[in-house]
Amino acid sequence: MRDCYIHSVVSISAQNTFPNEDFLLDVIKYNAKKIQAVYPNYKDFISPVVTRRMQTGVKMGVVAANKALQIAKLNEPDAIITGTGMGCITDTEKFLNSIIDNDETYLTPTSFIQSTHNTVGAQIALGLKCNNYNNTYTHGSLSFESALIDAQLLLQEQGARHVLVGGIDELGTEFVDYVQMIEANKNKGIGVPFSEGATFTVLSTEKKENAIKLQDIITISEASKEELILKLEDFLALNNMDVKAIDAIILGDNGDMYDDYYEHITISLFSNASQIKYKHLSGEFHTASAFAFWLGINVLQKQHIPAEVLKNSGENKSIKTLLLYNQCKGKDHSFILLKT
Amino acid sequence: MPVKELREELKEKIIEQLNLEEFSVSDIDDDAALFGDGLGLDSIDALELIVMLDKDYGIQLTDPKEGKEVFKSITVLADYIAERTNK
Repeated sequence: MRDCYIHSVVSISAQNTFPNEDFLLDVIKYNAKKIQAVYPNYKDFISPVVTRRMQTGVKMGVVAANKALQIAKLNEPDAIITGTGMGCITDTEKFLNSIIDNDETYLTPTSFIQSTHNTVGAQIALGLKCNNYNNTYTHGSLSFESALIDAQLLLQEQGARHVLVGGIDELGTEFVDYVQMIEANKNKGIGVPFSEGATFTVLSTEKKENAIKLQDIITISEASKEELILKLEDFLALNNMDVKAIDAIILGDNGDMYDDYYEHITISLFSNASQIKYKHLSGEFHTASAFAFWLGINVLQKQHIPAEVLKNSGENKSIKTLLLYNQCKGKDHSFILLKT
Repeated sequence: MPVKELREELKEKIIEQLNLEEFSVSDIDDDAALFGDGLGLDSIDALELIVMLDKDYGIQLTDPKEGKEVFKSITVLADYIAERTNK
């Protein structure tokens, strides 16, 4: 089986992550419950004629994807694979509200056409005139991971040489408020702001100098804390590693009661590794783990962990192997293993 | 409503409905083509305009050939609406 290398990664998030040279230099701190991404100037990348039908998620996705391709010096990927938890929720809300407001009459086509979950992948393909494999995964908090697994399989099984993979979610205007209301009424609900973002990466079988390797991914829908540790040890063993090989771990702490999964894993296995958290900066959304992917690659490439994301004191050693761990409400666990 | 005011209203509605953020009312010439070389609208926009005619002015366009003529320009569209609503 062939290896997967990461040729580029671009993220649009609630932090100023879009410019390449800036690696969380000036962190933006938020007090709000809902935070928008720091949008690039779309006009620099897409014509206003094209963007006029695009909502935030599509615009963020298309721009991040194009920049990822540009950095990887790739004109046409062999596959475009996206993951999104809520899809184009703004247009979905618009269309559904329009059905109610107009008593199921006078329905206009634009928001309906643009409301499908695969709109981002389709718009990227249309822009590139790319007729290759195009797929979108909507598996809640495993959406980005599912897209990555598909890409990894395509590359390993020689179905593709270069794959564009992305995770996208937009805030929307209404549904997110209901989710927040539910969380606010819970005992220890999600404590970080709700947000949005788009992260795109080019994966390739070609080994470039200094390219980070996507070693492996695993997703686990349900497991107790004890089972999870066993499954993680098996996963590492499958990759000829043990817990001591992990130099840093990126954790998806979001302040809710299920953060004890992260606590349990780190205390049990990774007390000596550098522990990193990010959702206080990126906000929470179904594909926030794609932001962690961007963060992990930057940590490995720059050999630097910004103070704002470091959870423990960490050892001042080189970071060769990094593990990403995310879960949602004690379910949908994912581990992504990255190596220099 | 006087036709001149109707033309301005139509321009505002078209800009808002079709998200033509780059345009202001003064940018749209009364006699310029709405589709093709003029404003550059396409078939999805045509559907949006048909719904707008029905919803806002109570005019149902059922003949596609008629639509081609009606949506020629703001002037033609305003005259068409005025003719059917001022009776």
